[in-house]
Amino acid sequence: MNEKIDALLRQVQRPARYVGGEYNQIVKDKDQVDVRVAFCFPDTYEIGMSNLGLKILYGIMNDMPGVWCERVFAPWGDMADKLRQEHIPLWALESGDPLGDFDVIAVSIGYEMAYTTVLDMLDLGGVPLRAADRPGLKHLVMAGGGCMCNIEPMADFFDLCFLGEGEDVDREVLELYRTAKMEGWDKPRFLRSASSIEGVYVPSLYDVAYNADGTVASVAAKDGAPEKVRKRIVEDFDGCYYPTAPVVPSTEIVHDRVSLEVFRGCIRGCRFCQAGHTNRPVRSRSAETLLRLGKETLENTGYQELNLSSLSTSDYRELGELCDGLLDYCRPRGVSLSLPSLRADNFSMDIMQRVQQVRKSGLTFAPEAGTQRLRDVINKNVTEEDLLNSCRIAFEGGWNNVKLYFMLGLPTETDEDVLGIAELAKKVFWTWKQHAANKSRGVRITVSTSEFIPKPHTPFQWEEQVSREEYLRRVGLLTDALSKAKSITYNWHDAEMSLVEAALARGDRRMGAVIETVWRNGGRLESWSEYFDLDRWLEAFPACGLDIDFYATRERPIGELLPWEHMDCAVSRRHLERERRRAYEGVLTPDCRAGCSGCGAASLLKEGVCRG
Amino acid sequence: MDKLRLKFSKTGRAVYISHLDLMRTMQRVFSRAGVPLKYSEGFNPHAKISIILPLTVGTASLCEYMDFALAEDRDLAALPETLNAYMPEGIRALEAYEAPGKGAELRWLRLEGVLKGGRDGAFYTDFFAQSSILVEHRAKRGLRTDDIAPSVKLAKFTDTPDGVAAELVLHAQEPTVSPELMMAVLGDDGPTYYKFTRLEAFKEDMTPFR
Repeated sequence: MNEKIDALLRQVQRPARYVGGEYNQIVKDKDQVDVRVAFCFPDTYEIGMSNLGLKILYGIMNDMPGVWCERVFAPWGDMADKLRQEHIPLWALESGDPLGDFDVIAVSIGYEMAYTTVLDMLDLGGVPLRAADRPGLKHLVMAGGGCMCNIEPMADFFDLCFLGEGEDVDREVLELYRTAKMEGWDKPRFLRSASSIEGVYVPSLYDVAYNADGTVASVAAKDGAPEKVRKRIVEDFDGCYYPTAPVVPSTEIVHDRVSLEVFRGCIRGCRFCQAGHTNRPVRSRSAETLLRLGKETLENTGYQELNLSSLSTSDYRELGELCDGLLDYCRPRGVSLSLPSLRADNFSMDIMQRVQQVRKSGLTFAPEAGTQRLRDVINKNVTEEDLLNSCRIAFEGGWNNVKLYFMLGLPTETDEDVLGIAELAKKVFWTWKQHAANKSRGVRITVSTSEFIPKPHTPFQWEEQVSREEYLRRVGLLTDALSKAKSITYNWHDAEMSLVEAALARGDRRMGAVIETVWRNGGRLESWSEYFDLDRWLEAFPACGLDIDFYATRERPIGELLPWEHMDCAVSRRHLERERRRAYEGVLTPDCRAGCSGCGAASLLKEGVCRG
Repeated sequence: MDKLRLKFSKTGRAVYISHLDLMRTMQRVFSRAGVPLKYSEGFNPHAKISIILPLTVGTASLCEYMDFALAEDRDLAALPETLNAYMPEGIRALEAYEAPGKGAELRWLRLEGVLKGGRDGAFYTDFFAQSSILVEHRAKRGLRTDDIAPSVKLAKFTDTPDGVAAELVLHAQEPTVSPELMMAVLGDDGPTYYKFTRLEAFKEDMTPFR
């Protein structure tokens, strides 16, 4: 660290997050490396270092001889201001070299609200924002992550995007990049060639035309790019790379523990859930593999906590065996095991009791809707009986803290559904009164609501989002209904961010100008309420000739060409349309194990059969 | 094995690791090295470790001390090497031994430092040679004034081409005078940049602390 940077680091909060040097970081000899990658995570160190995707891709890229992948995170406001004042470019943690020195800048985006932060990081690193302003192969900007299923709003800024899982496609593109660099290809040649790799989307190779009403008229591929980009998956998930020696932060991060990914995809077809639709088909690791990976990672990191992660861990077939095996290893070593997002059923409660024998932290359930009718509409296969039964077991077992998550503004929602949330919360309270093991400690029931955001590639991708005013009216209804219940706390997320998130999620390419305008007006780290400012967005839309409601609140007719239809996430439009019809009929669709609904995801597997 | 002490250094990029983060980091180092720390009993068991005199973020040290207890017997002479294979950059275990006394016996620290962008060496030397240097600080009951002069045993500042070099011997506990406090006392005459390194620790009678 030179003096200038040292002086700066003493003036900012938590400087350890800006310096690297952690255990297990990868440092290579620059002279032995021909492709240098800066893995940019558009959020703080504490969030980014908690991301499993980053750990996986960092490991995979650094396993390639001649490739050195380093980490870059978004600085907090105090640090970003100082970097700008002092004209110090944003650097990568391992080498301390500025972002602009890198061959490839790989951005991981899992959340739309990170878009402005991506621009901010490029700018802080001295890299031109727009792909068109980066004529050479140097600092090629590639993006991957959950948002790629509709990355159109960021199309002008990225040279190349990865649809689906990155394990294989990252390697293939880096190998191609190496060839291009060695042989002196120009950028258009490289991009044309990359577009033939399955899972690669080169936005500049697609021309988008619009109708007079602002909807998309056509998306035309050119220069041999595929009409539809098909997402990539890792078929053999059991044998798939898992980072057993990840970087161990020297400063506290959000998820400071081993995160063991038990399976990908989800057998549930919750109709609002994007991850549940875009990560299909389900592929699991065996309990045996997971035990081995878990032990190895604990040994390599020294972590005292292990978490089982997936979209719905209760659905893991070998969960009982896995937990028993892990507990045998963890208990004598003082390592705790944590299980997130369990379903409200007997089996899950049994596991929960086995796992959390000592500490009784809170239990979280996500019924999502207050009435059975609406839960059927969204295909959330949880009954009131399941939920209350789980709560009864929890209260009998000594838990006294339950969190319940709901959405407001779901399709077909009525005031009765809203009030149903209060009824359900009160029933949970009565269950506690009847069954609590120790009533003297009291009970805490927390109800949280957030606004429903229609997302691409889900059966609800055509739906309207209710206005902010309407959301707030429903919040008011619920507040009144819960006002007399002393043991029930009601938290609601403001809908301001949801409005912007909804617009970005279903946006088209023209929105790039809006994102850039918001960033120029100071927008960055906008997933943080400290930094989010709705007015900046409300001003930027009209300034760019666009209407935020056109994107956020408008219901799309079924016949409309959606901006993301050239992104093929393997679940067919036919399936999504059918699911939407069933939603309006209030008909449940069984989970993948109970009966295949023919969503189309099985076509990604060699044998064409999904084993769930 | 109880009442053990580890002497370690903390330099380079590790100077930005805060005290709480260092405690967590050390626990993980022991865990990775397969050297089991002794844990307290109860609902929230925590490792029995304590760092004698926490460092200010940004200050380096060649003489940090951590007291700890092990759940099983180990060869203490071999422990530093074992631990060093699992340390993050900038932290090195130097010596492990049975603590000969309490951590509170550590009373004086010898430090070196560099100061830039302020007055010259003679100014600083004269300033800290005053028979009384009064400092106001917030105590439990309002403002209190302390004289730090008796706690500054040596404060020598020499001009060099790379800035003003400092040699200090300061009282480290009861009362505590840190180099950062000395810089703060200088007010507008203070440097715009400074960096200090702890070199050596002593007991009250200036015999080496171990």
